[in-house]
Amino acid sequence: MAISLDQVRKLALMARLELSDDELGTITPQLEGIVAFVDKLMELDTDGIEPMVHAVETVNRWVPDQLGDSLSREQALANAPNHDEECFLVPPVLG
Amino acid sequence: MTIPLDSAAKLLGLLASGELTARQATQASLDRIAATDPEVGAFTFVNTEAALAAADSIDQRRRDGQPLGVLAGVPIAVKDVLCTTDMPTTCSSRMLENHMSPYDATVVARLRAADAVIVGKTNMDEFAMGASTETSAFGKTTNPWNPSLTPGGSSGGAAACVAAGDVPLSLGSDTGGSIRQPAAFCGITGLKPTYGRVSRYGLIAFASSLDQVGPMAFDAVDCATLLNAIAGSDASDSTSLPVETPDFTAGLDRIEGELRIGIVKHHLEAEGLDPEVRQAVDDAIEVFRDAGAKIVEVELPHSDYWVPTYYVIAPSEASSNLSRYDGAHYGHRSPVAASDAGDRGPLVATYCRSRGEAFGAEVKRRIMIGMYALSAGYGDKYYVKALQVRRLIRQDFDSAFQNVDLLLGPVTPTPPFAMGEKIDDPLQMYLCDLFTVGANLAGIPALSMPGGLTSNNLPIGIQLQAPPLQEAKLLQAAAAFQRATDWHTKRPL
Repeated sequence: MAISLDQVRKLALMARLELSDDELGTITPQLEGIVAFVDKLMELDTDGIEPMVHAVETVNRWVPDQLGDSLSREQALANAPNHDEECFLVPPVLG
Repeated sequence: MTIPLDSAAKLLGLLASGELTARQATQASLDRIAATDPEVGAFTFVNTEAALAAADSIDQRRRDGQPLGVLAGVPIAVKDVLCTTDMPTTCSSRMLENHMSPYDATVVARLRAADAVIVGKTNMDEFAMGASTETSAFGKTTNPWNPSLTPGGSSGGAAACVAAGDVPLSLGSDTGGSIRQPAAFCGITGLKPTYGRVSRYGLIAFASSLDQVGPMAFDAVDCATLLNAIAGSDASDSTSLPVETPDFTAGLDRIEGELRIGIVKHHLEAEGLDPEVRQAVDDAIEVFRDAGAKIVEVELPHSDYWVPTYYVIAPSEASSNLSRYDGAHYGHRSPVAASDAGDRGPLVATYCRSRGEAFGAEVKRRIMIGMYALSAGYGDKYYVKALQVRRLIRQDFDSAFQNVDLLLGPVTPTPPFAMGEKIDDPLQMYLCDLFTVGANLAGIPALSMPGGLTSNNLPIGIQLQAPPLQEAKLLQAAAAFQRATDWHTKRPL
């Protein structure tokens, strides 16, 4: 299936990835090749087969609702690119 | 005295008898790393002072007659996908350069509780995506058998440091073969446990339903010792299995009952299977036959679909897991001028540029594949379809294991390949996982062990796979093979 440059640009924005024109030019045919490769799955009739989401097929695992230790604010902020005493600091959400 | 860094069992004997101190073993390991790593490049971080301090503490407690853990004084390396509080955890990515985790992964905490001496973090393909350890942001790891060749990936550093004799043990992680393939390329033994046997808490997620931490070592006995230390249920990981952990080192000197080994003929006739790898598998079959095993041909009818299934599911999960790297809470953030933000606005522009700058080509490629497979209109076509095929693949294994105890076959289609040989051709790189991804999709345990050398003196791996939770059987069979052969004792020249 042909994948257009515009489609790839849109995917990149959805994936929150800024790609250069060179990168777009490289990745577009690679995506096409990989999609053609995985299209092999369409050979199989899977009607009525329950999807296997996980290797361990357990239902919810419950834990007691008890207070426990968690990260301190200082620990949580320690790796932040920018923060003040209390919060992560980010660029304006609304331009 | 020569300090045997190639064997945890020997080291533990010398440490217990007092012939060797933990400091001496640790210093020997650090000296060996200093000698080999300029060429091999297996480590992203060596924790010299902390390792020696840990060793001294172990020696003191031994002198005081206090109880010690099962790995007391044994140097070990940890793949840089596992969180550690005293060393950076980078996933070999610019995104997490210098990142310090506020907590230890459960397996790391268990190593510390077992009194292993963690000497450093090992290099890997960025976010564990790759089969050659060439996609690390911090330089390539070379194969200790020949520096022009890759060590495999993504646990290339974890395999190379054991092959180079730096440490007897290391921890890797395996999403599609990332323990077994580098173990095969570097001539060591590596085990991907049953999904859920080992906690994934603190293992930085690539594809959560496939990732599993496992031991890498020179032989099956050492793998069993390390698995004992890290296996077991963990309340911090809801996918860890609430099952008893047997003593994996027990009974390694024998195989209980008649061993039925399955051979998938289709795999041995696969296009692209190197003749020397095929010969090594044939030879391994004879070793087991001579040891009294019954060899049975079995079918895995959907094995041609393993790699396509994997390359829908793994990137889909990766695109979701890696969305946490947004430059807001931790990791790399690129400054974006307000005038440069355009329609996206300053925050989204910051996300896009931070991720665009800090992720490497393979990570971007997989995020894009996953985004495509999960996007509106394609979710059912690709992602749900792949999950349905995944069930067929698991059913194939369940059927095969009705008739056999283990499956035997190749780990990789070829011996170690050259640096740069496949890096520009993602599909060729993905086919390195041809024989390994089935175990991850099905969640079963699988082991790679040395099974021969090529005419160019390069290692060839043999794979054994078992039903869920049958690691003990895998290790018994591998130990039996290693009693009958000496491939695991071969070292790089």
